[in-house]
Amino acid sequence: MNSLFTPPTRLLVGRIATGLLIVLSAATSAHAEEDGKRGFFDFFRGEGSKAVAQTPAPPKYQQECASCHMAYPPGLLPPSSWQHLMSNLGKHYGTDASLAAQDATLIGNWLNTNAGTYKRVSGAPPEDRISQSDWFLRKHRAGEVPANVWTRASVRSPANCSACHSGAEQGNFNEHQVRIPG
Amino acid sequence: MKTSILACLALALPLCASANPILESYRTAAKQENPAFKDFSAATGQKFYTTKVGALSCAACHTDSPMAAGKHASTNKEILPLAPTANPKRFTDAANVEKWFKRNCNDVLKRACTAQEKGDFMSYVLSVK
Repeated sequence: MNSLFTPPTRLLVGRIATGLLIVLSAATSAHAEEDGKRGFFDFFRGEGSKAVAQTPAPPKYQQECASCHMAYPPGLLPPSSWQHLMSNLGKHYGTDASLAAQDATLIGNWLNTNAGTYKRVSGAPPEDRISQSDWFLRKHRAGEVPANVWTRASVRSPANCSACHSGAEQGNFNEHQVRIPG
Repeated sequence: MKTSILACLALALPLCASANPILESYRTAAKQENPAFKDFSAATGQKFYTTKVGALSCAACHTDSPMAAGKHASTNKEILPLAPTANPKRFTDAANVEKWFKRNCNDVLKRACTAQEKGDFMSYVLSVK
């Protein structure tokens, strides 16, 4: 008789295995990531919910970079994108956004320090556009966000995060707080 | 006699005190640009404000009234009113005024604005109540 695998032992091992399976599958499921909050299961993925943590923005960032569009949290782009943007401000998506040298340095340093370093933000998106990132396109695909939303006067463009994410400038993109305007 | 002189001064001084130093600097610049320069015109400024060049004009983002809050033509970002009567901070920081003239004239006109244009524009916006 095998004394190691007695029925009670097998039962216990079975229960522990089942428990582990449940925990692991919940940890790897995408659902918990959608939440802006850092929950227990986020421990297992180390990205997503921390992507927009940052040191406070210098007032210059709001002043110089949020007059024409919202103040994008730096964690949404990799350092290479921010560096590329800051060295080409004269040709900034169709306009001249150039800054005084010391302002550009100050802002550039802050962006670099707080840029996204997690896996999903590692590659520079096309044209350094947040809205062209793979993860953005996936989250805002037609099944989730109807195509006609982008042309509504209240929204106008995917670059206008605050239209639907009222906490966007604070880095809050919590799925449960999204309100798509009519 | 003295009291009436004082009364006249009391009326005139506030008007002098409210002369905008930035506008005055454009006045000097306009004279240098064009020796035949006479004065700025709020009416010309209003026309300039609403004239479209291609798809854009000042009004495209700042709306038809400088008293109203505007909206960026591409991003929808809210723009605080231009007129000092609605937004007292406007036209108080010379560097800021020059920065936005540089950017926006380039956006709309694809060139720098002349001192005449800047002065006309400012005269109009400062006069709006």
